[in-house]
Amino acid sequence: MDKETALFMYKKMVQIRKFEEKLYQLFLTRPMPGSMHQYNGEEAVAVGVCAHLNKDDYVTSTHRGHGHCIAKGVEINGVMAEMFAKKTGCCKGMGGSMHIADFSVGMLGAIGIVGAGIPIAAGAGWTCKYRGKGQVSVAFFGDGAANEGAFHEGINLAAVWKLPVIFVCENNVYGFSTHYRRTMAIENIADRAAGYGIPGMVVDGMDVKEVYAESGKAVERARKGGGPTLLECKTYRFMGHSRFEKSAYRTKEELEEWKKRDPIKLFEEFLLKDMKLKRQELDEIGADVDREIEESVSFSERSPDPEPDDYKKYIFA
Amino acid sequence: MEAKKIVDALRQALIEEMERDENIVLLGEDIAVFGGGYRVTEGLLDMFGEERVKDTPISEIAITGAAIGAAMTGLRPVLEIQFNDFLACAMDQVCNQAAKVRFMLGGQVKIPLVIRAPVGATGRAAQHSQSLEAWFMHTPGLKVVFPSTPYDAKGLLKTAIRDDNPVMFFEHKLLYGAASPGGKAKTAVDDLNEAFKPAPEEDYTIPFGIADIKKSGNDVTVVATGFMVHRCIKAAQKLGEEGIDVEVIDPRTLVPLDKTTIIRSVEKTGRIVIVSEDVLTCGVASEISAVVAENALFYLDAPVKRVSVPDTPIPFAPVMEQAVLPQEEQIIQEIKSVVYRGI
Repeated sequence: MDKETALFMYKKMVQIRKFEEKLYQLFLTRPMPGSMHQYNGEEAVAVGVCAHLNKDDYVTSTHRGHGHCIAKGVEINGVMAEMFAKKTGCCKGMGGSMHIADFSVGMLGAIGIVGAGIPIAAGAGWTCKYRGKGQVSVAFFGDGAANEGAFHEGINLAAVWKLPVIFVCENNVYGFSTHYRRTMAIENIADRAAGYGIPGMVVDGMDVKEVYAESGKAVERARKGGGPTLLECKTYRFMGHSRFEKSAYRTKEELEEWKKRDPIKLFEEFLLKDMKLKRQELDEIGADVDREIEESVSFSERSPDPEPDDYKKYIFA
Repeated sequence: MEAKKIVDALRQALIEEMERDENIVLLGEDIAVFGGGYRVTEGLLDMFGEERVKDTPISEIAITGAAIGAAMTGLRPVLEIQFNDFLACAMDQVCNQAAKVRFMLGGQVKIPLVIRAPVGATGRAAQHSQSLEAWFMHTPGLKVVFPSTPYDAKGLLKTAIRDDNPVMFFEHKLLYGAASPGGKAKTAVDDLNEAFKPAPEEDYTIPFGIADIKKSGNDVTVVATGFMVHRCIKAAQKLGEEGIDVEVIDPRTLVPLDKTTIIRSVEKTGRIVIVSEDVLTCGVASEISAVVAENALFYLDAPVKRVSVPDTPIPFAPVMEQAVLPQEEQIIQEIKSVVYRGI
C-alpha cells in the first residue's frame, strides 16, 4: 500500500467517525428529524472496499449507510443536509438517513429493508457485464441480512450469471439485539459461498489493510470476468442499533474488548510505526475533517426546507 | 402479419422494441429455451441471444431485484413473472423498492421496468388463478396496465417499455390464444367477436390513462377489465335485443385511471355496473365505485353495482370455480337490476 492510498483511506475513516460523532451530538442537543443507525467501529470495511472502486462502479448500502456513502465519495454536505431533511440534501429531503444515495458517484442508495440491496446490486452487476467495460458492483449488508431469502437468491443469481459483484457482509455480531450465534448454526457466513460455487473469505473487518487486500482480489476477479465473491468482514458496532438504543443485550466488557481493536486506532499505529508517518500529519487530517464536518452542519442549517408539496415531483418520472 | 391473438401481439411488441433499443433485455423463469409458460417469448432467444433473453432461477426476489438494479443503471428490463400469484414472493422488491426508490432518492433515478404477469382463473386452484391488479393499484409509484385485445396489448406494451417508471403489465390467460407445448391451452379467443381487435404489424403506441369505449350506449355504463370486457360485450349484445342500450368501457390502464371517461359516461347513463375478476373487497371495482360516488353521485339513478369474485380464494372444482367468477348471465341480471325505469 502506497502512502497516498494509506492517507486517502485514513482520511475517509476519520471522516466517517467524526461525521457519526457529530451526528450523535446533534441528536442529543437539538431536535433532529427521524432516526439513524451509526457506523462507528465498522469504518475499515466501507473504506477498505471502496478504495478499489471508481466513480462508475456501483454500491448498494443498508439502513446503516452513512459510512458507505462517505467511502464511495458522496459529498459530506449533501449527506449532512439529508440528515437535516433539507432541500440541499443529496436526496432533497426525500430519504433521510436510511435512503442516502448519489448516482453521480455510483452510490445507488441505502436501502431500509434488510437484504433487499443484495439482488439490486446483482442487477447493477448485470448492467456492468452487459456493457462490458469492466465496471463492478458491490452490495454491503449485515449479518442479519445473511438469513434473508434475498441473500440466497441474489448471490445464487450472481453466481450462475457470473456477474461482477462483490458481496460484502459486515458481520457486526448483532442483528439489532440478537447475536448471530442465536440466528445461525454456523460460525462463518463466508462458508455459505461454497453453496453458491463462489469464493468466500473471512476478513478481519477491524483491519483496513486486510479488508483492502482481500477486497482488492475480489474486485480484480470481478473486473476480469471471474464472477462474484462473498467477503465476510468480522466487525463490531460501537454504538447502539439505532439513535439512543442502549444495547442491554451485550456487556460493557465485550464492547471494551472490541474497542481495543478500534479500526482507526489500529490503522494509526500502522501508519506511525510501519509507514513512518508523523503524528502531526494525522492530526492535521483530523483538523481538516473537523472543519469539513462543522461546515456541513452550518451548510445544513443555512439550507432551506423542502416545500410541503415537493414530494409530488418524485412519485413518477 | 397482423396479430390476431394477444400472445402474438405481445411478442410483436417485444421484438419491435428490442430491435429499436438494445438496452431492452428480457428475463424470467422458462422464458428463453422453453419460450415462456404462455409462449410470449417463443423464438426470442434465437433472435436476440442469451445476453438479452435470460432464463432465471426460480427466485422471484432475486429476479425482480436484479431487474430493478439493472433498470437503475441503464438497462430497460422486461421481467416475466410466470403467474401473477408468484408476485407475492417478490412483494418487497416490487412495492418497497421498485415503487419507492425514485421517490426516496429525490428523483435521482428512473426505473424503466416492465413486469409482465398472467392473471385469471383457468382451473388451476387458488395459487395460480388470482387477479391481483388491485394490490398494485394500492402502491403509489407503480403503473398498472391490463389490456383486453391484441390491438391494445401491443400498443400498451410498447408504451410500458418506453415508460421510465415501473409498470405492472397484466395479461389474461384466456386471451393469449396460444397453444401450450404440452397440448391445447384453455382459451376463449375462438369465441370472441370483432371486439377482439387484431394488432397491425406496425409501430404504434397507446398512451396510458385513456380508456377505450368498446361499445357505446345510452342506458347503462359497464366498466370491465381483461377477459370480463368480452363477457360484458356479449351481455350487452343480448341486452340490446331486449332494448337495453349498454355502454362498455375498458379502462385499459388502472393506474393511471381515466376517471373522466367513466364519469362522463355515468353523467349520460345515470347507471353503472363494474365487472372485474379480482375479489370484491378493496378491489378494482371498489376504486371505480368510489370515483363515481365522489364525482357523479347526483347523476346516478340507481345504486352503483360491483360484480367481482366474492371474498374467497378461487376454488379448484370447475363447478365451484365458475360459480365464483362473474358469468354472462349474472352480468345480464346485475345490469337489469340497475336499469329499472321510473318509480
